[in-house]
Amino acid sequence: MSFIGLHFGNTSTSIAVTKGDGKVDVIASPDGERAIPSALSYVGTDEYHGGQALAQLIRNPQNTIINFRDFAGVSFDKAVLPEIVNSAKAINVDGKVGYEIEEDGKTTKITVDEVIKRHFQQIKAAAEDYIGNKVEGVVLTTPTNFSDEQKKALKSATKEAGLNVLQFINEPSAALLAHLTANNKLEEDRIYVVADFGGVRSDAAVITARGGIFTILATEHNFELGGDQLDAALSEFFAKEFEKKYKANPRKTQRSLAKLKSECITTKKTLSNVQSSTISIDSLSDGFDFHSSINRLRYEVVARDIFSKMAAFVEETVRKAGLETLDIDEVLLVGGTSNTPRLASNVQFIFPESTVVVSPALDSKALDPSELICRGAALQAALIESYDEDEINQSLQPVVVNLEHIAKPIGLKNADGEFIQIISRETAYPIKRSLTFDTPGDVLIELYEGERTIEESTVEPEEGEEEYSDEEPEVLKKVVYVPGQLLAQIPFKGETANGKLEVIVRITVDGLLQATVRSGDKVERVDVHST
Amino acid sequence: MSLTLPALPSSVSTAASLGKYTAAVRKPIEPVGRHFLALYLWGHTWSEFEKIQAETDVKKAEDVNEDAEFDIEQSEELIEHDPRDWKSADLYAVLGLNNYRYKATEDQIRRAYRVQVLKHHPDKMGEKGGLDKDGFFKIIQKAHETLMDPVKRQQFDSVDEEANIEPPAPKSKYDFFEAWGPLFASEGRFSKKQPVPELGNADTPKEEVDAFYKFFSNLDSWRTFEFLDEDVPDDTSNRYHKRMIEKKNKAARQKRKTEDNKRLSELVRRAANEDPRLKAFRDKEKEEKNKKKQEREAEAAKAAEEVKAKREAVERARAEAAKARAKSKAKPSYQPIQTQSKGKGKGKGKGKGKKSTVSKEQRTESKINIRNSVKDANYFGTELQSEIDHDINVFLDNFEDEKSVEVSNAIAGATADAVKEIFDAAAKEYIEQGFITADDLKFFAK
Repeated sequence: MSFIGLHFGNTSTSIAVTKGDGKVDVIASPDGERAIPSALSYVGTDEYHGGQALAQLIRNPQNTIINFRDFAGVSFDKAVLPEIVNSAKAINVDGKVGYEIEEDGKTTKITVDEVIKRHFQQIKAAAEDYIGNKVEGVVLTTPTNFSDEQKKALKSATKEAGLNVLQFINEPSAALLAHLTANNKLEEDRIYVVADFGGVRSDAAVITARGGIFTILATEHNFELGGDQLDAALSEFFAKEFEKKYKANPRKTQRSLAKLKSECITTKKTLSNVQSSTISIDSLSDGFDFHSSINRLRYEVVARDIFSKMAAFVEETVRKAGLETLDIDEVLLVGGTSNTPRLASNVQFIFPESTVVVSPALDSKALDPSELICRGAALQAALIESYDEDEINQSLQPVVVNLEHIAKPIGLKNADGEFIQIISRETAYPIKRSLTFDTPGDVLIELYEGERTIEESTVEPEEGEEEYSDEEPEVLKKVVYVPGQLLAQIPFKGETANGKLEVIVRITVDGLLQATVRSGDKVERVDVHST
Repeated sequence: MSLTLPALPSSVSTAASLGKYTAAVRKPIEPVGRHFLALYLWGHTWSEFEKIQAETDVKKAEDVNEDAEFDIEQSEELIEHDPRDWKSADLYAVLGLNNYRYKATEDQIRRAYRVQVLKHHPDKMGEKGGLDKDGFFKIIQKAHETLMDPVKRQQFDSVDEEANIEPPAPKSKYDFFEAWGPLFASEGRFSKKQPVPELGNADTPKEEVDAFYKFFSNLDSWRTFEFLDEDVPDDTSNRYHKRMIEKKNKAARQKRKTEDNKRLSELVRRAANEDPRLKAFRDKEKEEKNKKKQEREAEAAKAAEEVKAKREAVERARAEAAKARAKSKAKPSYQPIQTQSKGKGKGKGKGKGKKSTVSKEQRTESKINIRNSVKDANYFGTELQSEIDHDINVFLDNFEDEKSVEVSNAIAGATADAVKEIFDAAAKEYIEQGFITADDLKFFAK
């Protein structure tokens, strides 16, 4: 019996499993796809899944179902239907979203729950094929805006497919968990933006990591931004070129549109890795074959609007969290679209140089952005597999997960009057942190709350760059915390043991802050309350 | 950053809590990772109260369903609107943003659009719908497209009549601030410079009121009228026709813009005319002017009286002096004429009417001498020719003939400096005697 992590997306689904040595494997489908397209297609008595189903969009679009994830657990009245449909059209089946497909010569109506069930059956088969034994438990990821009803619908659909959902976790948290575990950075106190650019939607979250505990400060979703927009821009570019060359319109029929789009997706992916790519389509429209090439720069110009919208979307999320881009330590780009080099550089541009943007375009050692989420889910699955369902549910109760977070950092003032942080802002308590000082004795320990200030420093232009001398000097901004509200004073007299002095700050469940100064057997303690 | 602690000052002896830390906020943490598991297993038991509180009092990052406010029922007329003529539809009402209009944020537009798409998607219409019934949906898409594009949105906002506020009917009775405040706030949306000053209230100081009117009379407006353009035909079959329409559109835009500027400047003028504050400021100014004028007049009257009193005193003194002189001189020379001069000492024409010991020729000669002396002295090297001439005239008017001769003799052949000294001395003497006042002279005795 194995437990897997599953990332179920509108565009693709990926599966991962944690092996005995703690390494995570992303499982490929029998067709060798690690990002398995979430698509099903029916021809006669056959059911096609994944990439094979996607290929059916050209010949058999009315029986091919794609982009159905977001309809799980949503009534037909509440569902946001896409404006342009190039696949099986969503209809009302018993108040739920459903599809009308021709199966084995008969027209049948199936609900989206049934579609998800069939999809997961295929996924389960692929996983079992790879692992070699039965898969039962699964940690499933969802976007942060999925409601409880949607999760319930997902859970029952997966159950019918023979998979038991042990826990639902949020996609951005899963991605962050995978990234931090892989780089062994779980325990650092940092603020992250996790930006997930998928096929048909984009999601972003600002997450604080405090000693391995994640808190989502803000989330943002855009349902009109994603890889599909890039495909459309590229398709339009080639359609124009084709029109000019052959005086034939490839947008006339759905079939030529589907052909063009499918090839554009391949071209787009190629351009993420190399500088130029060719496109070649037999009989695109009116019997004309189409062959052309494009370089990366041209593609970036064609899709410039979309890339800048994506960067603006990330910036908006930071603003929503009440932060500035200066406050963000790291940006984690997730989702297939994040492979695009231009997106990474646009995002890097809105953040200061000190902020790290994680993307394969900027760091070749970064994990594949389309696999991050399922990796995180697999890690979580390995962690909870030894607990039974009751225990897991216990840990998800509001009283466990809804914790108080301090608003401002707490720390000490050093000999130079600077603020030394002990507990970062937005840290959940109960918490205990300590710092050790080398000091001979007779010192004053002053506990402060930190105030956020922005330190500006101008970069002097380097010698020999006189031609730029009339440009304004560059101003570097940095967030610096300075001592604000004085919380407590603790004098320490006499010799310290081994010349070491430990300052311990603890906040109890009830919100009582205890500051303790200890050296050997000598202990001084002060209690501080909250306002 | 150094990890050294400050030395202990003598003033601190006991450990104490001196402040409170900022109140904490309850938020959900993410139940993932081994650190969460450790936190959970670290274990403790919770009371019922804690359990309830943990559920109620949470600030979640995800706000669920706040879009109900955009779910506004559109009028039958709007729903039946011809999609080909979408430009004439109220695009804000189409999205249910009636209450926001030009103030709606991009996020609100996006959310409102989703709400409308949910309701009006042609696939949702079922029986009552059908493919030919997607007119309103098309308008929704157009509205979304227009309002999400900053340039197109500005063009639509420019002609969004619904957001305009009508000025109060002239000659009707109304509250000035209630009627004009919102009007100027809405007109201010066209200003390139933001924020726009507010109309204020009855107590707004004069500087702010003036600044307000100055701002609106010089308003730099981004308002454009492209939205009302006649559609330019897309085909290339008739270029001349296309160009003609383009030209017509341009002219119409220009005309509308001029009209709009005129309308605004008239509005500002009317508001300024009817502004009770400006009237109050004017009245106040007038009052102050009047008050100052009265004060000035009172002062002038007082000064005139003083001068009169002084003159009288001088006359009296002069008369007495003349009397005394007459007494002393009358005896040896028996010249009764001098006594006749009493009462006739009004500065001017002093020498006239009284007989002197000086012959006519002598008198004329001395006068010419005096006049020429300043010219010879080159006006003492100054540019003040007219002032000096004026003073000389005053002297000649006031000097008795004897004095004239005396001065004329004294200055004959004297240097420029000496001439000036002589005139100064003469002037001082006459001022002391009261025949002339210091104010009469412009150059000498200064």
